[in-house]
Amino acid sequence: MGVIGAAVAGVVVNRIMSARNRNLWPMATIAQDRRHARWHVVTINKSPEEVAPGGRLPEPLAKLGDEVEVQVNRAVGDRGTALAARLRHEPTGVAATAARVAGTDPRQRVRVALRESKQLIETGEILQPEKVSTVKRTLTGLPVDFAVSRARGEGRL
Amino acid sequence: MKAICWEGVSEVAVEEVPDPQMYNKQDMIVKVKLSSVCGSDLHQLNGFIPTMRAGDVIGHEFLGEVVETGSEVRRHNVGDRVVVCSVIACGRCWFCEQGLFSDCDNSNTNPGIPEMMWGQSPAGIFGYSHAMGGFRGSHAEYTRIPFADYTAFTVPDGVDDATAVFASDSAPTGWMGADLGEVKQGDVVAVWGAGAVGQMAAQSAMLKGAARVIVMDRFDYRLDMAAHHLGVETLNYEETDIDAELRERSDGRGPDVCIEAVGLESHTPNPVAYRWEQVKQQTRVLEQDRPHSLRQAIISCRKGGMVYVLGVFVGMIDKFPMGALMNKGLTMRSAQQHGERYIPMLLERMARGEFKTAHLMTHPMPLSEGPRGYDLFKNKKDGCVRAVFHPDGDGRVTRE
Ligand SMILES: NC(=O)c1ccc[n+]([C@@H]2O[C@H](COP(=O)([O-])OP(=O)(O)OC[C@H]3O[C@@H](n4cnc5c(N)ncnc54)[C@H](O)[C@@H]3O)[C@@H](O)[C@H]2O)c1
Ligand SMILES: [Zn+2]
Ligand SMILES: [Zn+2]
Repeated sequence: MGVIGAAVAGVVVNRIMSARNRNLWPMATIAQDRRHARWHVVTINKSPEEVAPGGRLPEPLAKLGDEVEVQVNRAVGDRGTALAARLRHEPTGVAATAARVAGTDPRQRVRVALRESKQLIETGEILQPEKVSTVKRTLTGLPVDFAVSRARGEGRL
Repeated sequence: MKAICWEGVSEVAVEEVPDPQMYNKQDMIVKVKLSSVCGSDLHQLNGFIPTMRAGDVIGHEFLGEVVETGSEVRRHNVGDRVVVCSVIACGRCWFCEQGLFSDCDNSNTNPGIPEMMWGQSPAGIFGYSHAMGGFRGSHAEYTRIPFADYTAFTVPDGVDDATAVFASDSAPTGWMGADLGEVKQGDVVAVWGAGAVGQMAAQSAMLKGAARVIVMDRFDYRLDMAAHHLGVETLNYEETDIDAELRERSDGRGPDVCIEAVGLESHTPNPVAYRWEQVKQQTRVLEQDRPHSLRQAIISCRKGGMVYVLGVFVGMIDKFPMGALMNKGLTMRSAQQHGERYIPMLLERMARGEFKTAHLMTHPMPLSEGPRGYDLFKNKKDGCVRAVFHPDGDGRVTRE
């Protein structure tokens, strides 16, 4: 597979074309290939050369190190770059559910890293949420607090 | 500083809150001069917008003066008079490049919440719930403006505050209805709702060459305002069969373009039917949004015509006339407003006197009168169309 680990990121850009040529795109999802974790993909409105200049991965993704495998491809329809990452080891079963509830699911870290990489490359910064809250702690507000605490990760809270 | 906060269903209060801060190099801080209420706030006030929190600063239609800029802000300087789009946009993602600014990929800091509700996340909006990013609103002395170069626009000298403030939200929303509703020369255009949004849509349709524009509401003071200031035709839906009336006014065909500017709290003239819609909505299970005017727009629209939905909807609706939509070959479109696409053009039109908005500001008042402003606006009292708060003043607004 045209998979590029963050550790061998130096060859990312060369692999872009080869992955495409060998028809490995779109990548297998978990439904088709149960041996591997699902790929998480984000489209970035820049060329692959701008997304991974000299093969260097964007910092939020590089920070995940060996935890993830990464691919950089031209996006479908040539709409920029498809930046993809998947965990080498994804929690399954009860452990996955527990991690989801506890907010420690590593898949959310992957999604956050992809979003932040996209923002950095497209806009030059990661947009920060309001930090000094005007919100009052109330019982009825607890579900919203919970949702907000997970809201930068994957869409399924 | 002082700000108007959402405190719970049907409750707003003027509170003392910490001043906003800049967190990004592309942020700036605006000292708010004028900040208007909007129909969208009523959906929050009435408890239909999920993910509101007690203490949230509301308000999103505003104008002010730049008091501080981040190191990467290029297009604005301290002292500039700016109108700020209610929808925050990065200006550089694929959606922004397509002009679909309210679909911006980068401006919602809580994308996971709308992704869960709607599949994908739209842009962030000032003061519009945590699902839309949890940004503080503009009913405050100061507001942080993210992506300031793209979200804020310098107001030309010839345009007064009372005119320019509506370039923030209601005017571009209305323009979008006529523009993406593809109003053409000679069209008959019907508009549901004579609030600021409906009036601005009607005006935009006229400017795009519609032969007849018909605005509907049940409040005569609003219909009279639209007729007087914009020269459009009006219909009070409580006094007539609007489906028949619209058909005959379009020579038996039905309007070419139907613009819905009412949203999820539509009123229904039949009192029993209205009560039933309210009951269903209160259960939150049978339906979350009341779509009476949307149903009517679909039924009245001519074959092959366009229904443009400007009114805000949040969740599921009951009894959607899919058969009419499909069999008549209608097109339905909708969006939160793509203001960044239209604001510079609207400001130019305002400067030339071609686009009227100042009449919408029926009730300028100090920020401290927030609860009164919302009472007038929500209950359509005293001829109110827009209550507009004036954070550092007594509510007196200069008009040219
Ligand atoms: N798409 C956007 O970006 C955007 C921007 C601003 C506002 N909005 C939405 O537009 C809608 C209108 O906003 P507004 O500020 O003009 O509100 P508003 O409350 O001032 O006006 C709404 C009007 O609709 C009328 N109405 C109610 N039921 C009706 C029916 N069955 N038929 C005809 N008219 C009916 C009301 O009497 C009222 O005059 C709201 O849903 C608001 O959330 C959308
Ligand atoms: Zn609004
Ligand atoms: Zn954008």
